[in-house]
Amino acid sequence: MSRVAYINARLLDPASGLDCYGALLSEGETVIDFGPDAVAPEDAEIIDCKGLCLIPGLVDIRVQLREPGDEHKGTLGSDGRSATAGGVTSMVCLPNTKPVIDDMSVLEFVARRARKLGLAKVYPYGAVTKGLEGEELAEIGLLSESGALAFTDGIKAVSDARIMRRALSYASNFGHMIIQHPEDPSLSKGGVMNSGETATRLGLSGIPREAEIIMVERDIRLSEMTGGRLHFAHISTGEAINVIRKAKARGVNITCDTAPPYFALNETAVGEYRTFAKLSPPLRDDEDRLAVIEGLKDGAIDAIASDHAPQDEESKRLPFAQAAFGGVGLETLLAITLELYHNDYLDLLSTLRLITCAPAELLGLKAGRLEKGSAADLTLIDPDRGWKIDGRNLLSISRNSPFDGHPVQGMVFRTVVDGRTVFELET
Amino acid sequence: MSEIALDHIHFPHSHLLGIEGLSQDVISLLLDRAESFVEHNRQTDNKLSSLSGRTIINLFFEDSTRTRTSFELAGKQLGGNVINMSVATSSVKKGETLIDTAMTLNAMHPDVLVVRHNDSGAVQLLSEKVNCAVINAGDGRHEHPTQALLDALTIRRRKGRIAGLLVAICGDIAHSRVARSNIHLLNTMGAEVRLIAPKTLIPSGIEGMGVQVFNDMNEGLKDCDIVMMLRLQTERMRGGFFPSIREYFHFFGLDYDKLANAREDALIMHPGPMNRGVEIASEVADDIGRSAIREQVEMGVAVRMACLELLTLSAPKGDGS
Repeated sequence: MSRVAYINARLLDPASGLDCYGALLSEGETVIDFGPDAVAPEDAEIIDCKGLCLIPGLVDIRVQLREPGDEHKGTLGSDGRSATAGGVTSMVCLPNTKPVIDDMSVLEFVARRARKLGLAKVYPYGAVTKGLEGEELAEIGLLSESGALAFTDGIKAVSDARIMRRALSYASNFGHMIIQHPEDPSLSKGGVMNSGETATRLGLSGIPREAEIIMVERDIRLSEMTGGRLHFAHISTGEAINVIRKAKARGVNITCDTAPPYFALNETAVGEYRTFAKLSPPLRDDEDRLAVIEGLKDGAIDAIASDHAPQDEESKRLPFAQAAFGGVGLETLLAITLELYHNDYLDLLSTLRLITCAPAELLGLKAGRLEKGSAADLTLIDPDRGWKIDGRNLLSISRNSPFDGHPVQGMVFRTVVDGRTVFELET
Repeated sequence: MSEIALDHIHFPHSHLLGIEGLSQDVISLLLDRAESFVEHNRQTDNKLSSLSGRTIINLFFEDSTRTRTSFELAGKQLGGNVINMSVATSSVKKGETLIDTAMTLNAMHPDVLVVRHNDSGAVQLLSEKVNCAVINAGDGRHEHPTQALLDALTIRRRKGRIAGLLVAICGDIAHSRVARSNIHLLNTMGAEVRLIAPKTLIPSGIEGMGVQVFNDMNEGLKDCDIVMMLRLQTERMRGGFFPSIREYFHFFGLDYDKLANAREDALIMHPGPMNRGVEIASEVADDIGRSAIREQVEMGVAVRMACLELLTLSAPKGDGS
């Protein structure tokens, strides 16, 4: 089996707190040794890391893929390349493909196609309800047996309290959690951006923060009632974080994540109807943005996910109210997350934890850490190297980045999946 | 009347997309220019030729008779060629129609596009895709700049000034582009603006635009110089904002009883078309002594002439490059 030695690396492992210079050795698909004293065997291929940081490959637990169904917006290939260019080696995709992943055959199709491509690893979520329609439970048990990591209705909230109660209860039979898009659709209906002065000035319908807060409050009660494990995706409001913090303190079985836009941008990014800043949940005000950072610091928020949502030009080059929600994020996940480090909110390891071992642990994925005997999923980065995000250079088919034009720090030089280099920065 | 000299006038914007961002000077310039057209338009032989050889396209994605006719007349008074296009809006592919139509019309090299669309921001989006001047004739609930200008001209002619006046804007603020444009204009010109409506029709955060909010007509109208009524836009209302028309009129319809709270010489305005007996009682609307509603329509033509002229003549004749 082929051996590779990554030498002259600064090894960073957020899970164990390791931060030292040394080497990492892999054999075939597996890490066999690493540390300051690891020695490259003679027959090994040598990769000189030149002092850059070798970290566990990023784990992104919220990605929308457009294959099958909307291949003009993105394919497993294009988004897979986008992922590896962003240093992501494992991604978990939402079931809102066409057809919906509410059936084992679709789940297996996606998993098989992704394996064949050999880019970032793809783990699908299963749908909570058939067709994501919020009415009848999908085959949670069978989907789980086929490899669904958890269950969610994707970009739609499970809004019926009775269905949510049953879903939490039933999924816990199989040890799985329900991931909720926390937004009360009866309150957010027709809204296109955060409710408030900016929306009023622009003449756009608002989505009140309470749409998120109310759903979080309700579901915490349902989680307590059923004992079912619950995870909230992309939390965007300070008050929802407060509610989650309090529930965690009294031992409720809940976790949550947020996405880069919610700690790096606020609603002013909408400017004069910039549809790339039309996201779901909507960008909030700066007070909420700072509360999200606070939540990341004190652990109220468990992880960061990119919330990658490819939309083609035709869905975005429209009047704001008609434009599609969402932004691509795989290629900017690392750099935007590193803003937390560069702005002194978190140290480097704690920052990287949020996009490696922390999200992996939420789903019980064996990924996101440097460990002997585990898959050689690695990313070589320079956390300080500056660059400017330019939508035109993104590898995904869709280029709808809310961060287009932003100067950032943190560059991916090489991405390794199962011991194979799947991305290498052209220099 | 002879042609009015334009040599020394400079209009600093290439489009008129909204009142927000226009300076006091620019607003005054537009109003002064419009003022000079008012008397002229009242004469029988009143054709001017400053826009001769220029093409104006009225592109309306939303039904309108009044505004479109007003722009059409304004363009023709100045000797321009005016073409009306009403684009049927299929509910599904509106946006595609917008950009595609813009590109198509742009290829015909018009000098001005006058655009109305039912989505906020749509006119700005269109203006980014064409190389002629664009006038916003109303976009969603965002802005309707020429309406605010004609309201201002009406007020200025009747009251001699705008600064220092107390203006109440009443009714369906939430769905009104007229309200937003008027708030910007009146604030810029130094008036004091009050909004009066039930809480369900006051959009969140509007105080930040520099207004005082009232939920009671009698209280809000106290000592006002100008009472601007808005049309209740039932077509934009999804879900119940108030229980019934009867109840709405009882509390928020303008009748003589409520009007008694305003100053004795308070001027009543309405952008039209009116829903009589809904937001305004017929006898108040028709009160010649106090209602400026018909005059607003007349000022509309003059204001739109000023906008068309200043935008066209301050820009070099486009070659569509």
